[in-house]
Amino acid sequence: MLRPYTINPGLPVANQFDVVILGGGPAGYIAAIRAAQLGLATAVVEKEKLGGVCVNIGCIPTKALLHSAYIASLLKESKDFGVEASGVKTDYGVAMKRSRRVSDQNSKGVEFLMKKHKVTVVKGTGVLQPGRKVKVGADVYEAKKAVLVATGSRVKGIPQIGLEINKSTVISSDDALLLEQVPASLAIVGAGAVGMEFADIFHAFGVKITLIEALPRILPLEDAEASDALAKSYKKRGIEVIAGAKVTKAAVGKDKVTLDVEAGGEKKKVEVVAVLMAAGRAVNTEDIGLKECGIQLTDRGFIKVDKNLQTTAPGYYAIGDVAGPPMLAHKGFREGACVAELVAGQKPHPIRYDNVPSVTYCHPEVASIGLTEDQCKEKKLDYVAGRFPFSANGRARGTGETEGFVKILRDKKYGEILGAHIVGGHASEIIHELAVARENEYTVEEVELAIHAHPTMSEAVAEAALDSLGRVLHI
Amino acid sequence: MATKVHMEALSPTMEEGRLVKWTKREGDAVKTGETLAEVETDKAVMELVARADGQLIKVVAAEGSTVPVGNVVAYIGAPGEKVDGASSAAPAAPQPPAVSRQPSAGAPPTPVPGAVAADAARVKASPLAKRIAQEAGVDLKLVTGSGPGGRVVKRDLERAPAGSAGPATQPSVPLPTPRSPVPERSGAAYDDVPLTQIRKTIAKRLATSLGPIPHFFLTTDVDMERATEARGALNQQLGDQGKVSFNDIVIKAVALALTKHRACNAWFQDDHIRYWNEVHIGVAVAVDDGLITPVVRNADLKSLAQIGAEARDLAQKARSRRLKPDEYTGATFSVSNLGMFDIDEFTAVINPPEAGIVAVGSIVPKAVPDGDRVVVRRRLRLTMSCDHRVIDGATGAQFLRTLKQMLENPLAMLL
Repeated sequence: MLRPYTINPGLPVANQFDVVILGGGPAGYIAAIRAAQLGLATAVVEKEKLGGVCVNIGCIPTKALLHSAYIASLLKESKDFGVEASGVKTDYGVAMKRSRRVSDQNSKGVEFLMKKHKVTVVKGTGVLQPGRKVKVGADVYEAKKAVLVATGSRVKGIPQIGLEINKSTVISSDDALLLEQVPASLAIVGAGAVGMEFADIFHAFGVKITLIEALPRILPLEDAEASDALAKSYKKRGIEVIAGAKVTKAAVGKDKVTLDVEAGGEKKKVEVVAVLMAAGRAVNTEDIGLKECGIQLTDRGFIKVDKNLQTTAPGYYAIGDVAGPPMLAHKGFREGACVAELVAGQKPHPIRYDNVPSVTYCHPEVASIGLTEDQCKEKKLDYVAGRFPFSANGRARGTGETEGFVKILRDKKYGEILGAHIVGGHASEIIHELAVARENEYTVEEVELAIHAHPTMSEAVAEAALDSLGRVLHI
Repeated sequence: MATKVHMEALSPTMEEGRLVKWTKREGDAVKTGETLAEVETDKAVMELVARADGQLIKVVAAEGSTVPVGNVVAYIGAPGEKVDGASSAAPAAPQPPAVSRQPSAGAPPTPVPGAVAADAARVKASPLAKRIAQEAGVDLKLVTGSGPGGRVVKRDLERAPAGSAGPATQPSVPLPTPRSPVPERSGAAYDDVPLTQIRKTIAKRLATSLGPIPHFFLTTDVDMERATEARGALNQQLGDQGKVSFNDIVIKAVALALTKHRACNAWFQDDHIRYWNEVHIGVAVAVDDGLITPVVRNADLKSLAQIGAEARDLAQKARSRRLKPDEYTGATFSVSNLGMFDIDEFTAVINPPEAGIVAVGSIVPKAVPDGDRVVVRRRLRLTMSCDHRVIDGATGAQFLRTLKQMLENPLAMLL
């Protein structure tokens, strides 16, 4: 590290930047790129690999594994398509190694982007200090304009019931991503996006799965129809789904775990080789000097921020998971870009937190934006639901992806798109038509008026919009 | 042939932009869609992008300079290409459409300056906002857009601020957010509040009034005893069929006085004066973040009850920002009343192109000489602001005398 001599105070000091970002995950690295684009001298402090959880142990490797799972299940039914594949074998170790390569490529990609934009990357554990400074080892990095806290989150266990992560029989998604071989049976605690995706992956690799969710439905944040569709699909495939379930006790042995599960008034023992904890995440706010800088937390443990994402300490901003839910990479991306623009003196457009798409990449995929039907009811909104099943969509029939539907909730009077929910192949891609529509305040009529190519899965979106208007064509 | 880079209208109300920073320098290669410069509009800092591929061969506008929309700020061409006479021979700003002379029949023409008229033709609003505004009868031109490029979006039309607990049922007719001109105190030393469209229009129009227009002021004291009696009698007669206010009586009297003094019922039009045969009285109404002047048309021909009903309806619409353009444009003369605020007398600023406005104070009991005694009478101070380019001192004085006579003897209105 350069040790600057401050002989000439007019010259820039090597450890002085306009912006110093603590954390090189999605929020942090995007903030760095945007800040650099706007001409700010920027440094990112990262203790592990660039790209954070998303690139290294989250979004990216799981998508690689999910595709392996997809290929495995496709081959099982390929005979129907006139392609007989015999002797199909799966090897999780190989799939895992491929997923690591994909992650590494992405992390290197972020490294390249930092170089391209002349962002200084400091490897090490950073601690915030008052006066807009970040200490890394013996070095202190000073920010003239702002320090951005983007330390992200990590998986958490439930030690209260004896399910402390031990990396062998009680594992987290971090460990699951590095397994050389799969356990014979696996209980997954938590059926949010992470739990659902690992259930899909491991089932395809021949693991007997028991999916346990405390709330009454799996994918509890999604529309009830989407949750029910997935529960039905998983059960049909032979994944055991127990919702509204409480794990009352866990006996963690050396090579097996026994869970006492209570659901619907019934008690049940679930005996498995391993348990995967997928019940929430904890934010990384410890030991980074928040208190010393006067940065306060919310009751829920996130960093307290104002509408500009500034913390309670002026000049310190929080972005990404630490700044509050939803804990999604794309929300972090936007916050990073937004704060960089703000620090550069621009007036970025306010972030619409009610318009962040949510996607679960299990099969069939689940994607949504805006309100669920239950939320519409709670808010006593006057709404109309329009639906279109993929079973009536020509393209979906052709590819055999007839599971699922598009559901659009529209305001009765003005046609505003209150919420949209898609279950089915490529739902993660199709949802963006509705994200754009909502961002620009298009109503169902504008969506329907846009000509959709035939045959495509996206036609189901236009049909659902039409259905909400009472004019559906293909059913 | 080099392509000219013009200062573009990056917001609907933008007439000029300040070139904050060139992000490309002379000699840099540029592609269509690439950002050339950052430009501060009347709303925000926006990006000016290239509309052609090539090299930025010449920069005409310096950083920090303010350039009218439509003027050339740079040239894009082939490397080495020369720009003919490019020094700073920027073309003239686009001509505002000339206000056409219209026959007297039909609706009076809109007296707004060209630039505002151009804005009026194109309102940026989301499809949802358009639908809500149409249903609620809200004029989108009067709403400040908070979306990209000043686009009016749903939240601009909602009463409840975003994020607040919504009402149990959606209001059937959402109204524009009444914006308090003064924001809540922040921790900073001061708070900058961008001008709303209505305030911009007020600023623009009034700056074309008191500065450029040679004003002079005439004040008279009016005895309102008989008008008070007449109003009492009229209201008794009307019962619950309506109500006549002093302001309605003033509007009617002003309109009638104007028919007798056409010289005051006129517009100054740069190279000509338009003397109106019709009388349309603008009535200043205070709204949440400014004021607007809805128009009582043909006030000389309407009954007091009609004027009363119409003025109240227009004021109501003004406050809920539902006035249509033809309801607040085309006045030939205006009346402004601050009597309800206990203002004895004041001077009002002329609403161009009109040539006069009458400022109405409050009616207060005053001791006045009556022969050799002193009696207490209800009195009203009227102050007329005149555009000296149209109205001379004596002309204005004669009009004001007629107005005074009509108010002091309401029966004279029947003459």
